[in-house]
Amino acid sequence: MNVLFSLVFWSALAVGLFFSWRKPVFWPLLALALLLLFNQLFTDGFFRVEIRDGHLYGTLIDILNQGAKVMLLALGMTLVIATGGVDLSVGAIMAISGAVLAQRFVGAGWSPSLAIAGALGLSVLAGAWNGVLVAILRVQPIVATLILMVAGRGLAQLITDGQIITFENPALVYMGNGFLLGLPFTLTLVLVMLGVTALLTRRTALGLFIEAVGDNETASHFTGLPARQVKFIAYVFAGLCAGIAGLVAASNIKCADSNHAGLYLELDAILATVIGGTALTGGRFYLAGSMIGALLIQTLTQTLYMRNVSADIAPVPKAIVILAVCLLQSPKLRERFASLNRRKAPA
Amino acid sequence: MKFRIPPQLIPLFASVAVLVALYAGGCLAFAGFTSPRVVINLFGDNAFLGVAAVGATFVILSGGIDLSVGAVVALSTISIAALLDHGTSPLIAIVVVLTGGAAFGAFLGLLIHWFELPPFLITLGGMFLARGLGFAVHAESLGITNPFYGDTIGGLARPVAHVTTTSGRLQTLTLPFTAQCFLAVVLLAALAAKWTRFGRNLYAIGSSETSARLMGVPIGRTKVLVYTLAGFLSALGGVVATFYMQSGNPASFVGLELDAIAAVVIGGTLLRGGVGFVPGTLVGVLILGIIQTLINFKGDLNTWWTKIAIGGLLLVFIMLQQTLSRRRRG
Repeated sequence: MNVLFSLVFWSALAVGLFFSWRKPVFWPLLALALLLLFNQLFTDGFFRVEIRDGHLYGTLIDILNQGAKVMLLALGMTLVIATGGVDLSVGAIMAISGAVLAQRFVGAGWSPSLAIAGALGLSVLAGAWNGVLVAILRVQPIVATLILMVAGRGLAQLITDGQIITFENPALVYMGNGFLLGLPFTLTLVLVMLGVTALLTRRTALGLFIEAVGDNETASHFTGLPARQVKFIAYVFAGLCAGIAGLVAASNIKCADSNHAGLYLELDAILATVIGGTALTGGRFYLAGSMIGALLIQTLTQTLYMRNVSADIAPVPKAIVILAVCLLQSPKLRERFASLNRRKAPA
Repeated sequence: MKFRIPPQLIPLFASVAVLVALYAGGCLAFAGFTSPRVVINLFGDNAFLGVAAVGATFVILSGGIDLSVGAVVALSTISIAALLDHGTSPLIAIVVVLTGGAAFGAFLGLLIHWFELPPFLITLGGMFLARGLGFAVHAESLGITNPFYGDTIGGLARPVAHVTTTSGRLQTLTLPFTAQCFLAVVLLAALAAKWTRFGRNLYAIGSSETSARLMGVPIGRTKVLVYTLAGFLSALGGVVATFYMQSGNPASFVGLELDAIAAVVIGGTLLRGGVGFVPGTLVGVLILGIIQTLINFKGDLNTWWTKIAIGGLLLVFIMLQQTLSRRRRG
């Protein structure tokens, strides 16, 4: 069963690599494939997948499940970065979302669906706040979202009164721990959100608008594009994605921990987006690349974990990945390589 | 001749006004607030943040950003503690750490300059790198028992004020060495920003890198130097922190970079670069410190109000800068 699985998995990856050749998705996919190959050869049990009670279990499934939060965040982050901005507050919004969920459900006795709606509502509002600052008041994105990044965790603690609120409701626990058709429910959540985002941006003009605004806001404004509204929508959407990620994070551990929920995940989301080929300067975006970037980060974390590397030292390999990715995408480095090649080619 | 306040000074005046208002409010609300001890503690307790924030000011003036501050401070504290634990002499340990911090900053600066990479991502990588290295040096908190720390540093405190205690005895209050370091760094940095070629180049690059290049400003040298300086000051912040805490901890100072950036912005420096003042950062650090002190004095307020208050202040100052820069343009 496991041999068959590996065979199918590697063929799928090879096909994926073949069809992404010369596309921006190729490089992150290749990096992911190399990391997985390393694990296939050297890490015992990395590819072991078993079926228990009709659910799939194994390291690869864990990666998908644990990576879901960053994948969700990266969806919103990709659109924001494509407009030439950045959203530092998504980690704090996750904390707010989880806090609202737990407080409304446990403290105020709301039904689970109402509590979820409340949490997502406030997350969208938080995104809209960022959107107003950036799009209407024209504050630099890093600065504008820094406000909520600093204050948001305080707000989340205000909502939960500094307590860690635990809940046991099966519906709420299902969001982060349940299985649908043998696969983690979080994966369904990611796929649905990815599908909706891809549909909205690639089957309508919205994606084009976003890229235009990110490329040159003034020019797109004079072309008649609603530049401000496009930016605003991107931040609202990032807020919504962060809200959903916050629900998953709270559900995962069955409690709202305002201090730690989503801590530093905004940086992971930005990293995933950049690994995926979306440049911080904006103007282009690659949703699939961002998803692969998120999976790459999670696979790296899981690899270190499986190889008994202390969790404390884990930031070092991550730092090396960041620096390597930055170097690979540096136009300056490419220029130098290009000039090397030119010199080698016969005149 | 009509007297007009230069517009770039308005945020600085606003910061000073906020600081004075907060202090006056504290004095009116709490009996113990008027004691000089409050002011002395304000400098002493926030010295490491202040030193690191001065480094952040330089980076932000040049139009960049440094996210590695907290991790480098933590790495420095644990490195010093570990070196002293191995029996290294304190002065050598401090020199090694300061050199290491500067080298680390230079490395990030070189990457940023050579490959034209976004400072945001490179210093993010630097943050993870320094954080991991800190744990690699020593995975837990490590106390410092070296007599140099207890006696010599303690002896460097300078008497600055006299108060009468409740029992009627006259007590001399001393300004701790950490606070002296903080003030010295602010003074030197302010002079460097204002009166050296490096300082002028910094403002030029922050205002417009293209124009600066056309004017013949050495972009590369200045940029690498600014990150070197930031790394050095972060390491110095770590050294000051060990004076203050008498220990090193690789897990400490998470998010210090945000406090530093907040202090810089509240101090009237534009995050876009090119506009700002080092003394403003001093004011910004003191504002953050006084908010913390007020919340401590109040007692029944929870710590999360600190974050909300800082967020609110950030909003106010960013809005103020926004209106000012728009008015200047329009």
